[in-house]
Parts: sequence; C-alpha cells; structure tokens
Amino acid sequence: MLDPTPGFAPPSLGVRIAHGSLVYDGKPVFAGLNAEFAGGSFTCILGASGVGKSSLLRMIAGLGTAPPDTALGSDGGTLTGRIAYMDQRDLLLPWLSALDNVLLGTRLRGERQDSDRALALLAEVGLTDSAALLPAQLSGGMRQRVALARTLMEDQPVVLMDEPFSAVDALTRMKLQDLSARLLGGRTVILVTHDPLEAARLADGIHVLSGSPAALGAGTFPSGPTPRDPGDPKVNELQTALLAKLGVGMS
Amino acid sequence: MTALTRGLVSIAVALAVWQLFVWLSGVEPFMLPGPGQVAKTLAANVGYLAEHATVTGAEILMGLGLGTVVGVVSALAIISFAPARRWLMPVLVVSQAVPVFALAPLLVLWLGYGMASKVTMAALIIYFPVATAFLDGLRRTEPGWLDLAQTMTGGNRPFAVLRHIRIPAALPGLASGLRVGAAVAPIGAVIGEWVGSGAGLGYVMLHANGRMQTDLMFAALATLAALALATYFTVDWGLRRMIPWQAESGPGDRQASGG
Repeated sequence: MLDPTPGFAPPSLGVRIAHGSLVYDGKPVFAGLNAEFAGGSFTCILGASGVGKSSLLRMIAGLGTAPPDTALGSDGGTLTGRIAYMDQRDLLLPWLSALDNVLLGTRLRGERQDSDRALALLAEVGLTDSAALLPAQLSGGMRQRVALARTLMEDQPVVLMDEPFSAVDALTRMKLQDLSARLLGGRTVILVTHDPLEAARLADGIHVLSGSPAALGAGTFPSGPTPRDPGDPKVNELQTALLAKLGVGMS
Repeated sequence: MTALTRGLVSIAVALAVWQLFVWLSGVEPFMLPGPGQVAKTLAANVGYLAEHATVTGAEILMGLGLGTVVGVVSALAIISFAPARRWLMPVLVVSQAVPVFALAPLLVLWLGYGMASKVTMAALIIYFPVATAFLDGLRRTEPGWLDLAQTMTGGNRPFAVLRHIRIPAALPGLASGLRVGAAVAPIGAVIGEWVGSGAGLGYVMLHANGRMQTDLMFAALATLAALALATYFTVDWGLRRMIPWQAESGPGDRQASGG
C-alpha cells in the first residue's frame, strides 16, 4: 500500500485561539474563548447540538463572520492555506468523478494535477475501482470516503472535521474512524462530534464545549494508540465518563 | 415512448374533433378549413413552405445563439464585478419592462426588412430568461462548496472558483433559461416578420391572410409549430447530454444507499 504523502510528512503545527468572539443572531456564541491544540495531536470536541461546535471549527477555518486570524498557528502565522476541512456532508461536486473531486483543491489553486497521488489516496480509502464514477453513483459511505481522500490530498498540517461520519451507518462509521486514525496520523486534527464513542476511539485529547457563551472544558487525555477497540473496557469507561460530562447517564 | 404515444393520441383526437366540427357546422373554408384540407395545401406547397421555414428557422437559431451569448455574458459580468452589478442589473430589469413587441417596428426601421431585425427581436426575447436563470444559478451555489473552496484557496482565486464550481453548478439553471428561450424564440422571429419582411413563415401567414388563403395560413402555422417543437426538443436533448449529472438527481433519486 502506498504512503498517502510520499516523500514527506507535513510539519507539525498547533492551533491557538486567543479571545475568540462570535455573535450569532444577537447572541454571543463565544466571548473571549481561548484554546490551544498541540501540534500533531488528535483532538475531539464534544458538545450538545447548537452549542457552537461547528462555529468553533468554522472560526478556526476562517469561515463565517469571526474576524480573520482569530485562530493562529502555533508558529504565530495565519492558518490560511494550511488547513484542510471536512464537513458532515461530503460536499462532492456532482459533475466531477471521484478522482476529479479529490483533485479539486489542486485544480482550484491552478497546481499540477497529481493524479497518481489522488489515485493512491483513493486506493487507501478502498475506492480504486470507483475513481471514474460520479458521486451519484456512490453510496453515502463511499462518498464520505472520497471526501476523506480529498481532505488528505490537501496534505495540510491542520485538519478540521465537522461531524465527518455522522451521516453514515454505524458499521461504516467504525471503518471510517479506523481509516482516519491511520491516515491522519501526525497531523493536528480537530474533530467535532456528538458521539462519545467516536471521541473515545480516536482522540489524544477530548474537550466538552458547553455553556453560553460557550467555553471548552478541561480536557480528558486518554493514552494509547488509536483507533482503540470499541470493545476495550477502557474505551467503554471513557465513553461513560464523557456521557456523564455531557449530562447523560446515571447520577 | 409512452409519452410520445400519448402526445400523438391527444393530437389525433384534437384533429378529429376539429374535422368533425368543420363537417357538422358547415363553416366556410375561408373561415376555418378542416385539417384534411390543410394537409392537402401543406403537401401542395411543401417546397414553398420549406423555403420560408428555412428563413424563420435560421432567424430562430441565430436569435437563440445571440441572446444566449449576451445573456450568459451579462450574468457572468453581474456576478463577477460589483460595478456591473450596479449598472447592468437595472438594464436587465428595464429590458423586460419594455414590451419587446413594441420595439418590433423600430427594429425593422433601424435594421431593415432582412433577417437582422428578426434575429435581434428573437435575441431580445430570450435574453431575459437566459440571463436571469443563469444569474440565479450563479447566485445559488451550495454554500458548503464555497466554504470548501475558501479553505482550499484561502479566498485568493475567485475566478477559479467561478470556473470550477459556480459556473458548472449554475448550468442546470442556465438550461432552464435556455428551454424557456427555445420555446419563445419563434415568437420573436414571427413578430419581426409580421412587422415587415419579404420572407419567412410569418410573412407567408400574413400574406395568405390578406388573400383569404386560410388553408395556407394554417399550413404555415403547422409548419411553424413543427419548427418550434423541433427547436425546443433539440435544445432540450442537447442540454440533457451536456448536463448528465442533473438527470440523476431528479425526484426518482437513483442514489445507492448504505455503505
């Protein structure tokens, strides 16, 4: 199997948010939010619906109404051009084949179309035979795998994922989590999810986002290699603890 | 195929009713000829009608081409440049507020009795549906795609985003505009011919009307209808071929499911 990033790995780059503020619909979503994500770490952010998880990710991505450069790289530089973003929806362009969708970023930037690398990434996500198919010809899980390949094709040090596997069935979700843990290793990943099991399987650090304006809680930092076995008692224990933090479970 | 069959049956029934009405009412042929007589006249004048149909057809196609080009360019200019938005948008709206038919005598005065005035007329009629439908499509790009492009380019390549995302995403909208355009373009050509011309089906109809050749008028009308239908279905067929992905997201969603 081919290395997804032949030749080099992106340099590890952390993310720092200082005094992040965002008003939505007259209500403050964030007010003076501070956060730091270590370079090369896989962080999961949990929280109830509507608390501002996606807004946090969009703020880091420089999307939406937050002032630009609210979030900076750990080297003090802007994150623009150094992030890859993956949404809950696959956001595949329906008129492009799976391969051309993976190549979208290079095409938009007017760079050389490295089809070999794109094909290698499609092979990594198990879609060698589907490279020429249009999104409408693929299942939901396959489309999300194409989106993952497109995210990896960007080859950025910071990867932002907004509930990337929430729209697929449980079995596909497990497989996608395994793939992500393997393929995103070494990058700074910030993954927003509502699924404590997902966080327990994948994360080096887990934070709960809560309150209004929202703030990040003290992190939980599980140890050990990822992806963790969903049957592992430690994973179950962590999942229960996370559920409790989210206000669900026995109390 | 069933749709075609059903269409043919409907037309056959309508023709039968028409013929029956002519027989039973005993209406004078110069008021309303029966379909049989119209068919006979059509067959007798097939060369004459074909010659004029070629003229009208050429006017329709050139008008369609010209109107599409100008409409597409306007929409692209409006979406890409803020000054164009401010200056061109009112023109677009006003162009529709002026009844295009009222311009026909002026166009004939300025551009003469030849094809130019009819092509312009057809182009003016289809300009608005094409420009607005395409503009609407360009404006309604899925925001998620634009966000994705923003993270990929840092917002530095608006024209690449226009070319690779906004325009392809707007093609189904443009296609609706073109379908409307293809349907109304014959009106423009024929109105132009009515106002002043020496050739074309509109000229034939006006001429036949003046000489009480009602059967010839109906024959020209039938030819015009056939021409309009052929234009519409050719455009529709071409658009389906050009935008194949759209056919796959219709109400009968054919997406596979599961992982």
